[in-house]
Amino acid sequence: MTITEVPERTVLGTRMLRKEDPALLTGEAKYTADLPIPGALHLAVVRSPYAHATIDSVDVSGALAMPGVVAAYSGADLVDLWAAPMPCAWPVTPDMKNPAHYPVAVSRAVYAGDGVAVVLATSATAAVDAAERVQVEYTPHEAVTDLEDALTDRVVIHPELGTNQSYTWPLLIEETPGAVDAAFAAAAYTVKERFVQQRLIPAAMEPRAVAAVPQPFGGDMTLYSATQIPHILKIMTALTLGIPEHQMRVVAPAVGGGFGSKLNVYAEELLCVALARKHKLPVRWTEERSEGSMSTIHGRGQIQHIELAADEQGKLTAMRVRLIGDMGGYLQLVAPGVPLLGAFLYAGVYELPKAYDFSCTSVFTNMVPTDAYRGAGRPEATYAIERSMDSLAAQMGIDPLELRRRNFIATDKYPYEAFTGLVYDSGDHDAAATKAAGMLDYEGLRAKQAAQNVPGARKRLGIGVSTYFEMCGLAPSRVLASLNYSAGGWEAATVRVLPTSKVQVVTGTAPHGQGHETAWSMIVAEKLGVDPADVDVLHSDTAIAPYGLDTYGSRSLPVGGVAIAQACDVVIDKARQIAAHQLEAAPEDLEYVEATFRVKGTPGKEMPLAAVAFEAFTAHNLPDGLEPNLEGHTHYDPPNFSWPFGTHMCAVEIDVETGQVEVLQYVAVDDCGVQVNPLIVDGQVHGGVVQGLAQALFEEAVYDTDGNLQTSTLAEYLVPSAADVPSITTGHTVTPSPTNQLGVKGVGEAGTIGAAPCIINGVVDALSGLGVHDVPMPASPLNVWNAIQAATSNQESNP
Amino acid sequence: MRGAHVEISVTVNGVTHTHDVEPRTLLVQYIREAVGLTGTNIGCDTSSCGACSLHLNGEAVKSCTVLAAQADGQDVVTIEGLADADGTLHPMQQAFMENHGLQCGYCTPGMVMAATSLLKENPHPTEHDVRIGLEGNLCRCTGYHNIVQAVLAAANA
Repeated sequence: MTITEVPERTVLGTRMLRKEDPALLTGEAKYTADLPIPGALHLAVVRSPYAHATIDSVDVSGALAMPGVVAAYSGADLVDLWAAPMPCAWPVTPDMKNPAHYPVAVSRAVYAGDGVAVVLATSATAAVDAAERVQVEYTPHEAVTDLEDALTDRVVIHPELGTNQSYTWPLLIEETPGAVDAAFAAAAYTVKERFVQQRLIPAAMEPRAVAAVPQPFGGDMTLYSATQIPHILKIMTALTLGIPEHQMRVVAPAVGGGFGSKLNVYAEELLCVALARKHKLPVRWTEERSEGSMSTIHGRGQIQHIELAADEQGKLTAMRVRLIGDMGGYLQLVAPGVPLLGAFLYAGVYELPKAYDFSCTSVFTNMVPTDAYRGAGRPEATYAIERSMDSLAAQMGIDPLELRRRNFIATDKYPYEAFTGLVYDSGDHDAAATKAAGMLDYEGLRAKQAAQNVPGARKRLGIGVSTYFEMCGLAPSRVLASLNYSAGGWEAATVRVLPTSKVQVVTGTAPHGQGHETAWSMIVAEKLGVDPADVDVLHSDTAIAPYGLDTYGSRSLPVGGVAIAQACDVVIDKARQIAAHQLEAAPEDLEYVEATFRVKGTPGKEMPLAAVAFEAFTAHNLPDGLEPNLEGHTHYDPPNFSWPFGTHMCAVEIDVETGQVEVLQYVAVDDCGVQVNPLIVDGQVHGGVVQGLAQALFEEAVYDTDGNLQTSTLAEYLVPSAADVPSITTGHTVTPSPTNQLGVKGVGEAGTIGAAPCIINGVVDALSGLGVHDVPMPASPLNVWNAIQAATSNQESNP
Repeated sequence: MRGAHVEISVTVNGVTHTHDVEPRTLLVQYIREAVGLTGTNIGCDTSSCGACSLHLNGEAVKSCTVLAAQADGQDVVTIEGLADADGTLHPMQQAFMENHGLQCGYCTPGMVMAATSLLKENPHPTEHDVRIGLEGNLCRCTGYHNIVQAVLAAANA
């Protein structure tokens, strides 16, 4: 399917208010912890206070003596409940080392927060009170909290593996052998940088919550969970616990944000199901925030070494990338693959010859396991190239925007086969950059900066620029196979026109704030010509939507939304046959306009969709061989990723005496292809930008050298408030994706990807006149002040 | 003091409820578990996030910072009590909807309760006033941009 221009549309592209909102605004929406589940037992998990320790003994007798306690178990007590270890679905190399990981540790705790015992009681407070009475004897060991230290194997975390290295995944792309080395030898300019992607805590506002409800007879089990992935969770629960898959039902009720943190199979989900089976009673658990910081995945956690080679004009000629990835104590669901998602994006929106040498080595550490967090590998890659492009521009003494323009992939080269062999669908980088520069008044600000940043100025102005390409719409199943991912990347959809002509949509996507009910209704309304209010979207319940691969990786619209559009096509095709039969016309002589089939050139000879739907239901007079009812069901496997792109720019002002960074202006120009609902697109960009800005300026999961998490509460982990962030000026260009019939690309992660390098480029730009070359994230007042002091004392000692 | 209970009467959304509670019970636990109104959400354990904000005697408080026993004899309004009985949204709820001031919705009840209280104190806030006024309520989805726009729109409604 190829589209070259956007057809005229009446619903798509409008700022329709969200269907989801009334229930959320009035407190009617039910999150997992809100569900009334009579008779449920409450689970509490006893967690290791040590980052690295041998578990010598666990004595639950003190807990059992507490009021309301029904049971208490050590890890050893529960081993018979597990049919398999907890799943890691992305064995990126055949020899990847993956330690057996069970919901409750038996002999060793490998991070502070690792579960070592559990308590079941008749109330949550009784369970928590009793958990404090479980006596665990530990022998603590030295903790590994530094990635480069982990590489040395000075302390091996999983002795059975013999090393802390889980895998090394190389990607060497050379036109001819030795192309990378040759390009570096011949380069007019080279850049060599080391960046640290600090650990982040995703901190969705809704803590995780789980409730497992067994049927009294027959073995059926319903798992309610605050999850992004009800379908994947159903399969994994079945496999891990040995439950027949058809007896597992997973429901994700209202879910309060995820950002990747609910894209996992967690110990507490398996514990609730296993213990509900064992006790034949419902079992539920709701995470406390500080508990969640030590039991829900963290994000990022990479050390990046990047080298660029460029010619006289600053055009890139080769690149080397070496990563160390922080897996934490165990491999979670897709953690090993996160750096791979970035591996293909280190050249950003720039042309790079086949001269690319990438390798990632991921290590175990005594910290909370990491996994996909908004952007997953792609923000890290974008940060490294965009920071490095600024270094190259500084070295060449040219404007960073000018350097980028010299390297942009030209619009007329699309679809563009990149050095990796992946084909970028469409792009117009000059247009996005020009629009952003205009919105920011880039030239005017440069003049202002020159006047303001004089020697001795207390407040220095910085201008940040970043561009990005995002690889999303995860994903073509065959490409996932080539990356050793254990599942496909398709999505399922059913569209049924009910006898009264109302429309039901069943989707395999699992929204948690994205507004799928609104957006999918709009797609159906556009395709079928019906009122969006007459469309109901059903999702996030495997009994209703048996097939699906859920919501992550900006995939829901470019995969799930397109599946819905295709299901609408199936409906229209079938309806056309019925209408043609009724109207005694050939199907090809009918046109479908405004939800009505009309015989071309014969005014008045027509049949509305509503009448067709009723005919399909009664089945009194259908064409021979046609089945009753009007329903389309499709599975869509995208032929390519989708490639949103954009340019972000900001103006920051830094008080050089305090190190305080103030973001004066933030401009985001994002091109996500055709926009289904610009209201939702803007919201995704706003939130994404602030999440990236938060990494740049505020957030860091801080561990001490003993492996204690110092930032486990929201009093210590600085999720920014409204007072900490600026308004965001959004602009858009629209370059349709030629890959799918809607021309859509996805927008969930774009803001986050663009923002962190944009802000830090602005910070470094403000301080470059003082000799500052880099500021580590987060650019807190302390980190900024230290960078200034180091640069100025360096200049004084080397005048 | 587990075991000892105190009897409290609290008016919630116009209806008076009487329960025995443990002295340690937080107001948010009481509202959710005893009164059964789950629109008030719990987002943290350090009084940082504001998801549990509700009105106590007409003023927004984080209901995790108040003991249920302290609310004895007091008047509480939760998010469930904000819209009219016929379902007409409160102007602040309407403004949040029209300005897309919510995504996942988890912070929203607390944010709306805090925002209505803010406008009561300062009916004509600037953008800066709104940002400072909502500093105690965290949102992870919206980047606050549309929340601020919603509150400003409600102030001008």
